[in-house]
Formats: sequence, structure tokens, C-alpha cells
Amino acid sequence: MNQNQPVPSLQQSAAEASLLHELVEYLRENRGDLREQWARRITDAELLSVMTADEIFSEVTAVYDNYVDALETGSVETLQAYARELSERIIRRGVETHEVLGIVLLLRDVLGRSLLDNYEEDRDLLRRILDAYEPAANRIAATVGVSFVEERERVIREQQEAIRELSTPVLQVRDRLLISPIIGAVDSDRARQLTEQLLGAIQANRARVVVLDITGVASVDEAVANHLVQTVEAARLMGARAVITGLSSKIAQTIVDLGVDLGMLNTVGDLQGGLEEAERMLGHRDADVEPTESSIES
Amino acid sequence: MSVAILRKGEYFIASIQSDLSDTEVLALRDDLIERVGRFRALGIVVDVSALDVIDSFAARALRSIALAAKLRGARTVIVGIQPDVAVAIVQFRLNLDPLRTALDLDEALALLELRPERKPADGR
Amino acid sequence: MEGEIRVGIGTDADLVIARAEGRAMAQRLGFRRPDPTLIATAISELARNLVMHVGHGEIIMRPIVEDRRSGVLVIVRDEGPGIADVGAALRLGHASRGGLGLGLPGARRLMDEFEIDSQPGKGTTVTMRKWRLRDDLERLREKRQQRG
Repeated sequence: MNQNQPVPSLQQSAAEASLLHELVEYLRENRGDLREQWARRITDAELLSVMTADEIFSEVTAVYDNYVDALETGSVETLQAYARELSERIIRRGVETHEVLGIVLLLRDVLGRSLLDNYEEDRDLLRRILDAYEPAANRIAATVGVSFVEERERVIREQQEAIRELSTPVLQVRDRLLISPIIGAVDSDRARQLTEQLLGAIQANRARVVVLDITGVASVDEAVANHLVQTVEAARLMGARAVITGLSSKIAQTIVDLGVDLGMLNTVGDLQGGLEEAERMLGHRDADVEPTESSIES
Repeated sequence: MSVAILRKGEYFIASIQSDLSDTEVLALRDDLIERVGRFRALGIVVDVSALDVIDSFAARALRSIALAAKLRGARTVIVGIQPDVAVAIVQFRLNLDPLRTALDLDEALALLELRPERKPADGR
Repeated sequence: MEGEIRVGIGTDADLVIARAEGRAMAQRLGFRRPDPTLIATAISELARNLVMHVGHGEIIMRPIVEDRRSGVLVIVRDEGPGIADVGAALRLGHASRGGLGLGLPGARRLMDEFEIDSQPGKGTTVTMRKWRLRDDLERLREKRQQRG
């Protein structure tokens, strides 16, 4: 029996297996008591304070049972799936990482002490039980903790994505007419997202005209200016005409520096004028019109 | 059959059903050009929404349809270019002139209804 | 881990396979729109060069992983006559009509990295790569998996 080496998995030798079996039996027999102790210590430590006592007890029960199952089967998969699902629920309620680590470590403490009390007269058996229990318990604790952190990162990433989408809204003004007001700094990543959303919205709404209002964008680098021009061109290939409003003189200069003829872009001074231009284009159904004269207001 | 071609009044509508090999692209080109000549069609609509890739070969074939049709007084409209394909065409810097593009079949037919010689009304 | 895919190119039907495989691999590797389409278009273009100018060759697609980014490597190679002036081919496209045309410069713009190694009489190898950034979560997951 190797006592000092890290345990690669919960799979153990026959001797350890029988110890684990004894351990699992013990934890099942004392389920009610241990579960209550754990829940009480969670409440005493003021962990999971956003949850009610009933909620805590019901989660504690589920985690406890999964925990014992994981010890028994040697597989953390079910526990991991439950931990993820639990994390997803509690993250949205504001439960923090330290709380989750805290409750998992508390369970380890509760069970460890209980084992200590139960086997104190047979120190040799106690030592062997702990040898079997500790690596398994550590692995389970790590599984739950990491599941929570990963889930949290996923939620954060989703939220970032949602915020980015909100920052480049595409709105339908009326049938066949979209408007996209862009505000703030535009880097390459956001420009790429803008393109994807705008072209997707053209397809979904069968838009014939899109008004891109960039009044709220002070300046862009050459890559983003190039992206903007390419987006207008891609929209045209799909069958939609773009009107750009609120082009600052600085951005206009960046576009000219790229060697792009501003006359190729349908630019109108302000959003109001842009909408009128868009209505006119829709009204005449004249997708034949060459790009109109550009008028740039600085 | 990877392309369905149907006649609607003075127009031919070619609807591509799946990705095409180069041979199939050329067959479509020759077929459309031949039909325009034979039936004196005024317009061709090519629906490319099923194409995931339009590279220089496909672009050249589409252009030659438009050029040949133009010689016979017909106009060509491409409909349904997918968003990602549109981005690829732009970044590739493929030239689609004198092809016209429209979002869907209705738009394409409306575009063809406009007489080519008609000067576009300009509100300015 | 995603493996390597090889597509032999001999007829124009193989182009259809090559671009479908390229698109599918890019999607599996987590590329976001419109990148799978750009990659498939570049592959299509170079595969056609093989069919038109050499007759046959091979396309190899392979995932590439670094710490901060990952991507796809596409190798297009033939044992044909080679390109005499690679610089001109990249700048202008090929001299022959209907041949490379816009192909090389266009495909190059769709990818992040693009190299041509051509030896007259021996053949040509085009190596191209496209990258995407890997975020912290992805890197964390992978490190855990490696630890087992």
C-alpha cells in the first residue's frame, strides 16, 4: 500500500477498496446527522448568505449524496455535472468563489472530525481510513472548486459577449430599414462583431438600407476604417445600401488615407439627414442609383 | 440536379441548390447564356444562397454570365450572397461588376423591372 | 485532439471536398465567423491552381496550438513545374489568363500568414496559417485536461 505518493485516481487496491467501502457505509449511516452539522457550520460561517436555510439544506443534501457516490464509485463525473449545474444557479445570485471553497472545505472538516471521533480507539484503522479518505476528499474538493471557477468564467464571458452586442445595436426603424448607432471606442474585435451583427441583421430583416451612425465615434485606426469600408461593401453585395452619418473629419481623413474614395461611401452629415436619405432610397426603390454625392460635416 | 432553372415571364431564375464543382459552374454559365439568346430573355436572376464559397473562379463565371447577357440586352442580378461570403469577396477583392446584387428574389425582380436606360431619379 | 486531414487533389470534384473539409475543421477548431468561410475560400483557390496548372497535388490541414493563440495550418503542395517568379505571382497573380489570376494575392489576403516555396522543375509548396486568440478559460481547461 503506498501511503505517501499522490493518488492518480480514486481507484485503489483491494485493501483500500474495502476501507473505502467501510467509509462509504459509515457516511451513509450517519447521513442525517453529518448533513445537519455541515449545514449548521455553513450558516454559522455566514457562507451562502444569499440563500435561505431551506435552500442551503436541500443543496447540502444533494452535494452530500453526490459526494458519497463519488467516493464509492471513484468517478467524479456525476458530482462534476452537479457542481456545474449548481454553480450556474448560484453564480447568478452572487455567490462568490470563497464561499464555494469554504463550504467544500467545511464538509471535509465535518467528515474528518466525525471519522476521528468514530475510530479514535483504533488508531491504526483510523490512519488507514484517513489515508483512503483524504486523497479522495481532496480530489472531490478540487473538482467542485474548479467547476465553480470555470462556470464563473463562462458566465463572465457570456456577459461580456452580451455587453459587446449591446454596444453595437442594430435596430429596425421600419420595414427594410435598419439603423446602427455606434458609440465609443471601436477596436478590431468590436469592428468584426459589428460587421457580423450588421450583415446578419440585413439578412434576417431583409433590409434594403442600413444607416450607420458613427457620430459617437471620435476616431479609428486604419484597420478599423478599412473594416468599416469593407462592411459597407459587403452589405452592398448582399443587396443592401449603407448610409454613413456623423462621419468626423478625422475618420474621413483616415479613410482617405487608406486610398478609399469617399464618394464611394454614401455619407450624410447627421442622423436626421441620413434617415431622410434612407427613406428616399426606399421610396424610389432605386437600388440603381449610383452612390450619391457625399457631404461631410466635421 | 444542383441547379434549378425556371422561366418567369421575360426572366430566367437559376436557383443553385448546393455547392457546385467548377464543371457544374461552367455548365450553368453556358446553359444560361444559351437560354438568354434563344428566348430573348430580359433578365437573369441567379440565387447563390446555397453557396458557402465564392472564389475567383465562381466570380468570373458569374461575371461572364452578366457580360454575355448584357450583349443580348439582358441584365443579371445575383441574390442571396451569404454574409460571410460577402466579407470573403470583399477581402479577396474579387470584382463582380457589372453584376447587380439583391437580397432576395422579390428584390431582384423589382430591380429588373426598372428599365436599364431609365436614369435613376435623384432627389438631390 | 483534432488530427490532420489530407485531401488529394486531382479533379474539380476534389475542390468541393477540400473546401468543405477546410470549413468543417475551422469550425471544429473554434474559429468564429466569417473565418471558416475565408479559410475555405483560400483553400478552394489554391486547390484550383493545382488542378489547372499541375493536374494533381495534395492539401494538408492541421491544427496548430500555441499558448496564447491557436489556428489552422494549410499546406498545398504539388510536384509540378514550379513558379518561376514567385514575387510577381504574389503581386499580380499569374501571367497566364484564367490561371492563377487573382488567386494568390487574394488567398493571401484571406489568411494571416502565407508563404510560397517553389523550385523550378520540382514543385511548389504553399503554406498558410490563420490564427485565433485563445482566452484564459480555454487555456485553463486545456491545462486541466493535460494533467488528467
